Amino acid sequence: MALYRQDSSRPETPAVTLSNTDDVQALGLEVDRLKLIVLSFPKFTDGRAYSQARLLRGRLGYKGELRATGAVFLDQLPFLLRCGFDSFESDQPGFGEALHRARSLFSVVYQPTEDGRLPVSALRLASRQ
Amino acid sequence: MRCDMPDTHFYHYDSYDRALVAERVAQFRDQVRRRLSGELTEEQFKPLRLTNGLYLQLHAYMLRIAIPYGTLSAQQLRKLADIARKYDRGYGHFTTRQNLQLNWIKLEDAPDALAALAEVDMHAIQTSGNLIRNVTADHFAGAAVDEIEDPRIWCEIVRQWSTLHPEFSFLPRKFKIAITGSPNDRAAVRVHDVGLRLWRNEAGEVGFEVIVGGGLGRTPMIGKTLREFLPKDELLAYLEATLRVYNRYGRRDNLYKARIKILVHEIGVEKMREDVEAEYAEIKDGALKLAPETIEAIARQFAPPDLVPRKPESAAVERLRLEDRDFGLWLKSNTAPHRVPGYAIVTASLKPAGAPPGDASATQMDGVADIAELWSEGELRVSHEQNLVLPHVAIEHLPSVWKALSHLGFGEANVGKITDIIACPGLDYCALANARSIPVAQRISNHFADLARQHDIGDLKIKISGCINACGHHHVGHIGILGVDKNGVELYQISLGGDVDFGKTALGTILGPAVEADKVVEAVDSLVTTYLEQRGEGERFVDTYRRIGAEPFKERMYGAL
Repeated sequence: MALYRQDSSRPETPAVTLSNTDDVQALGLEVDRLKLIVLSFPKFTDGRAYSQARLLRGRLGYKGELRATGAVFLDQLPFLLRCGFDSFESDQPGFGEALHRARSLFSVVYQPTEDGRLPVSALRLASRQ
Repeated sequence: MRCDMPDTHFYHYDSYDRALVAERVAQFRDQVRRRLSGELTEEQFKPLRLTNGLYLQLHAYMLRIAIPYGTLSAQQLRKLADIARKYDRGYGHFTTRQNLQLNWIKLEDAPDALAALAEVDMHAIQTSGNLIRNVTADHFAGAAVDEIEDPRIWCEIVRQWSTLHPEFSFLPRKFKIAITGSPNDRAAVRVHDVGLRLWRNEAGEVGFEVIVGGGLGRTPMIGKTLREFLPKDELLAYLEATLRVYNRYGRRDNLYKARIKILVHEIGVEKMREDVEAEYAEIKDGALKLAPETIEAIARQFAPPDLVPRKPESAAVERLRLEDRDFGLWLKSNTAPHRVPGYAIVTASLKPAGAPPGDASATQMDGVADIAELWSEGELRVSHEQNLVLPHVAIEHLPSVWKALSHLGFGEANVGKITDIIACPGLDYCALANARSIPVAQRISNHFADLARQHDIGDLKIKISGCINACGHHHVGHIGILGVDKNGVELYQISLGGDVDFGKTALGTILGPAVEADKVVEAVDSLVTTYLEQRGEGERFVDTYRRIGAEPFKERMYGAL
């Protein structure tokens, strides 16, 4: 299993690994202390960790590393990145190259998320003003 | 290459929408290449192709093309005809979800077919898979007399928000949203995962009733009210909260218990409401709140065509009505009142006697596109009853429109009648089906082909599904027919009393043991005879059934077999 990290110099402890059925909000203020949270995808098609990621980033303001593990494939990358993941464990050939391309695969996004990209609705509003 | 899009009275893509669809085609082209080279296994490829509308069916790949809120321009319909000719066998099938299915697509052609669609601002994104599907609406939207507000404005807002939603692309199961803007619901909002009904409250404000957990399939349920009145600008925040609760807590251990209706049923609507409202409270004032300018900019694009009011009487119409009985019947069943005086909404029946419901050849699609261009402001709708709608026809043009539609085979005066049957593709195409649906529909259609008799029988909705997944909506048919497989024999279970009219949404009750395929026509005939003998003044089939109950129908039907 290869590990792809956005910033390999960052500390990886203290860390916590969660099951995708855990209530991330129970971490509460604890997240400020954590440097790494690992969320799991038992199956490619089990998308619970996307909601966990958004709650960690958006609701709890978690700033550390957020890692996806399990059934992590390159075709999920645009979604994973938008939900705030910034490190990935995957054994799929070509994953690293796909990671480089993933952010530019779609120049347009419709949803506001915690990745900081401006959704189309905001761009349109700005162009009208 | 892109075509120039003519002016329409519905949403126009801008450069952002076009960029997204083009990038999606490029992404899928790469995924198909990786599949063909063996880099992706079928197991890995399946969820990717499904979210681009590509199914692997019994005989070939099937491409399901999204027709958002059932609205099409003549130019778009012509492009669909082109695609059917070039990449398929020259015909397509309009579905109960206002989509178009092509049944004979080759995998290596699929990216080119999607690129061709993109030329007219169309796509097949999210027409399958466990995510938010193409949003459906009232097929009379923008023309109906009883409309409070055009629901398509909100469908488009939801379409954009749900397209490639990063959090909700791997839900427990598929998620269908329908929106109606009329008190007379024509979008079946109570049998969707989420149904939205625009209504005006006592303060005169328009908002949504949010209905959750309806659905057909193997566990049919009528949706429950989650929120009585939701301010319009809070729609996306409320939907995001609802979907988040479903994504986190919806069951994933059993495919058949994974829809939101099961979650709502198991935890109860009160607990569901509590969870959704708690989540909603956190995000309601955030980035999902819709700015008035955003709503207005989209609403403007749905501004109705500038129709000049005309005289409602037409000598030409009157003359032809007296001369031709079929035209008179067609006026009664296939035209509906328009909000502008002197106009009508015309339904082109895709159910000529004996034909597979909802099928149209490329030539017929081109023909309907011509008619729309000549006489309906270049616009069309696809109805969930698998017909095509010409929304803006001047009354004096009705004779021309009827003749032109009849020439194409779409002028049958049977809308809402016994031969206006909804049927799923069934075992002739579908990998899930247990029994055939189309041949059963065709036999019933042939048996009741006589138009005067159909009009005497009156409004009667027959809906046929080839398996318990209920794509033919048999649960809500006045007469519902469900194909089942008993030890390799196709049998049909008959139910009565289903309905989707608003306020009366009801699920049918099974009459008794399933009947053999060659007995279905006799069975339906005996049900109709019972009704004709027992009906009271002005009663439709389903009204008589409600009044007298199942027993007389049951006795007659099983006695006749």
